[in-house]
Amino acid sequence: MFEWFGKVNFTPYTKVSDFARHLRDGHLMGSRCKKCGATSFPPRADCEACTSGDFEFYEVSGKATLNTFTKIVAAPTGFEDEVPYIVGVVDLAEGGRALAWFGESVPEGAIEIGMELQVVPRIFEEMEDIKVYYSLEQPGTTWSQVDRTW
Amino acid sequence: MTRVGIVGIGHGVFGRRSDATVQELAFEAFRDALNDAGIDRAAIDASVIGAVPEYHKQRSLAGVVQEYLGLVPKPTWLTEVACASGSAAIRTAWMSIKAGLHDVVAVIGCQKMTEMSTAEILALMGRVGEVQWESGFGTTFPGYYAMFAKRHMHEYGTTREQLLQVAVKNHFYGAKNPNALFRKEITLEKAIASEEVATPFQVYDCCANADGAACVILASEDRAKEITQQTVWLDGVACATASMSVLRRPSLTGLPSAEKAAADAYAMAGIGPADVKVADVHDCFTVAEIMAYEDLGFCKKGAGGPFIAERQSYIGGKVAVNVDGGLKAKGHPIGATGVSMTYEIAKQLRGEAGERQVPNADVGLTHNVGGIGQYCFVQVLKRD
Repeated sequence: MFEWFGKVNFTPYTKVSDFARHLRDGHLMGSRCKKCGATSFPPRADCEACTSGDFEFYEVSGKATLNTFTKIVAAPTGFEDEVPYIVGVVDLAEGGRALAWFGESVPEGAIEIGMELQVVPRIFEEMEDIKVYYSLEQPGTTWSQVDRTW
Repeated sequence: MTRVGIVGIGHGVFGRRSDATVQELAFEAFRDALNDAGIDRAAIDASVIGAVPEYHKQRSLAGVVQEYLGLVPKPTWLTEVACASGSAAIRTAWMSIKAGLHDVVAVIGCQKMTEMSTAEILALMGRVGEVQWESGFGTTFPGYYAMFAKRHMHEYGTTREQLLQVAVKNHFYGAKNPNALFRKEITLEKAIASEEVATPFQVYDCCANADGAACVILASEDRAKEITQQTVWLDGVACATASMSVLRRPSLTGLPSAEKAAADAYAMAGIGPADVKVADVHDCFTVAEIMAYEDLGFCKKGAGGPFIAERQSYIGGKVAVNVDGGLKAKGHPIGATGVSMTYEIAKQLRGEAGERQVPNADVGLTHNVGGIGQYCFVQVLKRD
């Protein structure tokens, strides 16, 4: 079900496809190697450190610090109706990074590099199919406080 | 092992070339290079084509170019590493000569981009970011470099004016290059008033998609000496990589692939950054040139903004950078760009760059980046 992930999805098949189901249920998951314990976000099936293919998901806190961001005005195909949108790269508290849109809890004028943020699981309310993603929100924002319709 | 030299160079006009197919563009540059070398096609042992296939309707581009150039049945192959495909073609041609497999190899970088819409190109180029975890958020090529710029400004105090001064310089020199897409100077005021693309970038921070081709003919040392008295030697041809995903990079203020490729190329050629008199660097966006000054060691990390503000990259400064107009003013037909850089530096080392000639240019460098730094090729060129 990885095709659920992203407004446009380019990789429907992956060994970490359960990530999308966890995200639908409100959980942001990284991967942990069962052999050496190395962790990764985004998750990966094959351990970068020891090459083992035996992994498990573990939930990350979503606590994050803004590394950098941009407001995209000239959009690629498939995103014309979203512009302008602000994309940020955050450093996660547990290590690793995420790239995501800013959600409505963070006004544009308040965005600055180094600010604390929360990566929150989201669902596209307006779409018929299940479409999940995550957004960058004010610290303390939880999944249940984000609008969802199903 | 033999030294490898450049014995012929050719270049077509970059721009919206609605008058020509990609193989016709390739032919322009090839013919120009043959004439420059003073050899005919029989002297060519093989060709290497640098191009990014996704932009063309024709599949397997090397075949159609090879046929149109009249090089059948000689060997050919295509190299692809996004915007560095041209330098990869040169590097593999260089390898084939070093290995003793071929003596004279024609390298053609060619690309037709303008048959696609800007939105299609934004989508295609955005997918040089990692598609599983990033592209689903509508990332774009300018968007990635914009994020590098934001972080660079945050950590080092680089300013909007410094970024756009790169564009002003490159247009200043592009105006003097007959092969450039944009042949007019711009002012900082005009640049800073241009439309937003991805903050902090405006239109003048970004290079333009274009059609075009360039060609260099490489030869072994013995053959080079028979062909010409003005061989430019390709003494460093390094390549390095960085992670596909920006989520797995050590920092977002430079390109680790460029630092590594530069160190390797300097070591191969036995020189250091202070020896370089003229360089063509990959200014796909203004910040990319500022990061290149730093990654190549022309200035210290973080000092790229003041470097351009003090005009150190103009002719007469520490090192002349992109005095052919760079990607910014020449246009960026992605497969052709790396070969165009080598063309320009060879021209400079031969003392044939006319009003943009750098005095005493004996050592030159090219820095050709693929994607958002996943690949970087650095070449060191020398004249006798």
